[in-house]
Amino acid sequence: MIEFQLDSTSGVATYLQLVQQVHQALQLGLLEPGDQLPTAQQVVGKLAINPNTVLKAYRDLEREGLARARPGQGTFIVGTLPRTDPATQARFLESMAKWLRSARAAGLGTDDIEAIYRTAVRNCFAEGVA
Amino acid sequence: MTAVMETAGLGKQYGKRWALHDCSLAIPEGKVVGLVGPNGAGKTTLLQLAAGLLTPTAGTIEVLGGHPGSGPEQLGRVGFVAQDTPAYSRMSVSQHLRMGALLNSHWDDELAFRRIEALDIDPRQRAGSLSGGQRAQLALTLAIAKRPEVLLLDEPVASLDPLARREFLQVLMEVVAEHGVSVVLSSHLVADLERVCDYLVVLVASHIQVADDVAELLATHHRISGPRRDSRSLPADQHVIEESHTDRQTTLLIRTEQPILDPAWTTRPVTLEDIVLAYMGQARDQERARKSGLGVLR
Repeated sequence: MIEFQLDSTSGVATYLQLVQQVHQALQLGLLEPGDQLPTAQQVVGKLAINPNTVLKAYRDLEREGLARARPGQGTFIVGTLPRTDPATQARFLESMAKWLRSARAAGLGTDDIEAIYRTAVRNCFAEGVA
Repeated sequence: MTAVMETAGLGKQYGKRWALHDCSLAIPEGKVVGLVGPNGAGKTTLLQLAAGLLTPTAGTIEVLGGHPGSGPEQLGRVGFVAQDTPAYSRMSVSQHLRMGALLNSHWDDELAFRRIEALDIDPRQRAGSLSGGQRAQLALTLAIAKRPEVLLLDEPVASLDPLARREFLQVLMEVVAEHGVSVVLSSHLVADLERVCDYLVVLVASHIQVADDVAELLATHHRISGPRRDSRSLPADQHVIEESHTDRQTTLLIRTEQPILDPAWTTRPVTLEDIVLAYMGQARDQERARKSGLGVLR
């Protein structure tokens, strides 16, 4: 059984944090098909959040085909996510490091770089939506 | 959709002062509703009207489709925890539970004792010797064990330390998950409300400023900043809640259902606290404008 944590300063909606933590646990192999997720009551008893938030997160996971609710028993993992290949991760880390070095050499500071990163992520994922 | 609380033109007057004025609300069932606003805004008045402890001066209020305080049947459907979570200090915890059993027709004794045990409170202890957190938990237990359909809580955590506050909210949320009870909770600790509430009512100076689903509020409010400009030049769908200007820059908190297309704006998401503060500030400015307007007339 996994345990959810909340980061109240992240600005990420609470239900989304729960969804992301299940994704991460699946990618890391901490969760596998057949595993039970904590009940809404267990989650709210620990985090003091609205039970509807938990149910909303679980509904999202069901829509993605990752979890299924069994009446009277709870919500169980039924799907898998591709585990991120370590070699792929290393390759992108290397190209990112190279990019960062050239940005620094051009005189950009941490704040500039973070602003560029945020804008690029936003633009990139906005394209995906449109 | 059944409303847990529905008011129309509701008002309560004390002498010449309106503690609550022209309040029209329809809160859907099954929500955890946060009622926020500065001290003296009318939060307690609204909750006491809903509980049937007060009668309206103007307008109407219905709770779960019935009239508050109209009889034992209606009283049994509503659980109310007053400000400062009062208890009878010379009575023991178990005497409180016995009193609850005698006074309420749907009393769940098993639930009451299970809760007290889970909280590690000795039932023989006098209520007067409980800590603030324990007394709040006792008051909550009494309200829950009568198995109401809606729980009204007036600033239940205001006087508690952070740990006791968290524990109180944990128990409250467990109850919501277990029994599906609707909750209306007043507080000015917005950070707490952000975790537990899915519906928010902002009440300032005896008026409702905004009442909506939290998800809807977060999706439709944005903070935008850009080169200085007049906020009156915005598209008609963008409603300014808060604005501030420097000689070069303009920052606005706006509400809009539409995407923000103007590339001059940098858009940032807002927290529930930002939204609450913006509406409180807006109400304060309106009040000031109204008063200075009156001053001119004199």
